[in-house]
Amino acid sequence: MPHDGHDHTEPPSDIALRVKSLESLLVEKGLVDPAALDALVDRYEHRVGPQNGKKVVTRAWTNPDYLQWLRDDPNAAIGDFGFTGRQGEHMVIVENTPEVHNLVVCTLCSCYPWTVLGLPPVWYKSAPYRSRAVSEPRGVLAEFGTALDDDVEIRVWDSTSEMRYMVIPERPAGTGGWSAEDLETLVTRNAMIGVEKAKKPADAPGAAA
Amino acid sequence: MTHLPADDDDRPTFAEPWQAQAFALATGLVDRGVIAADEWAETLGAEIKRAQAAGDPDTGETYYHHVLAAVERLAREKGLVDAGAIEARAEDWRRSYLATPHGQPVELKRR
Repeated sequence: MPHDGHDHTEPPSDIALRVKSLESLLVEKGLVDPAALDALVDRYEHRVGPQNGKKVVTRAWTNPDYLQWLRDDPNAAIGDFGFTGRQGEHMVIVENTPEVHNLVVCTLCSCYPWTVLGLPPVWYKSAPYRSRAVSEPRGVLAEFGTALDDDVEIRVWDSTSEMRYMVIPERPAGTGGWSAEDLETLVTRNAMIGVEKAKKPADAPGAAA
Repeated sequence: MTHLPADDDDRPTFAEPWQAQAFALATGLVDRGVIAADEWAETLGAEIKRAQAAGDPDTGETYYHHVLAAVERLAREKGLVDAGAIEARAEDWRRSYLATPHGQPVELKRR
C-alpha cells in the first residue's frame, strides 16, 4: 500500500464544499429537488447555447412572416422552436440595418437571453464590458474587430431580469439561395450580442465550395 | 484600457463543476419562486459591486464566486438556512470525505 492514500477521499475545494453544503441544506428543507438540479445543470451544459439563436436568426432571414412574428411576439416566435425561458422573462429582438447597429449589455450583472444564447461568455460578465459598452461602444466594437462607418447609429440595450435582448444581425450579401443549415454557419454568438457582424460567406466554414 | 478577450462560441462556460451547481441552485430557487427574478438580479449586482470595492478585478473569471455569495446571502436573509449553518455543514462534508475510504461513495456524516 503506498502511503495512506487509500484510507480516505480527498475533499473538494473549500468553495465546492460550500456549494455542496448549501445544496444539502436546501434539499433537506425541500426547497431544492436534486433531480431538478441535475436537469438544470445538464440543460445549461449541453442543451442551450448559441445554436438555438442561430436557428431563430436564420429563419428570420429567410421567412418575412416569421420575422414579423418575432417583432410582434418574440417569446412565442422563439418558443416555436421549443426554446422557452422562465416565466417573467421577455425577449426583445433588435434588428441591425445598414443605418443602425445594436449592442446588448447588462450593466448591473449578467442578464442574458440564455434560452437562445446559452450562458454568457466571461467577457460579457466583466466590469470593463459592462461599463464601456455604454460609455464607448465604438471602442468596444473595435476591440472585437468590428468597424462601423461614422454615420451608423449605435444603440445599446441594457438587459434586466425582465427584458432580454437578442440582436438579429444583417444577412450578409451573397447568400441568396443558401440553405438554412449553411446560413447558420454565418451566425455567431457574438453577432447575436452585437459585438460583431455575421460572418461573410468567404469566412464561413466550407466556403471554398 | 482593459482589453476584452474575444473568446469563441465553444469555450466552456463552467470552469469547474461547482460553478454549474451554484448557478443551478440559484436559478432553481428563482424557478420555484423562492427568490424573485428582480431580487436575484439586484442581489447579484450588489455582490459584484461589493467584491469590486474589496479589490476584485471583476473580469468575469470570478463571476461564479459572486453567484454563490449572492445565493448564500439570500438564503440567510430569507431564513432558509441558519447563520453559520453553511460553514458548519461544509465542515461536516469535509470530514465525511476524509472519513470515507477511497473509491467509496461519500455520504454525509453529521457531528
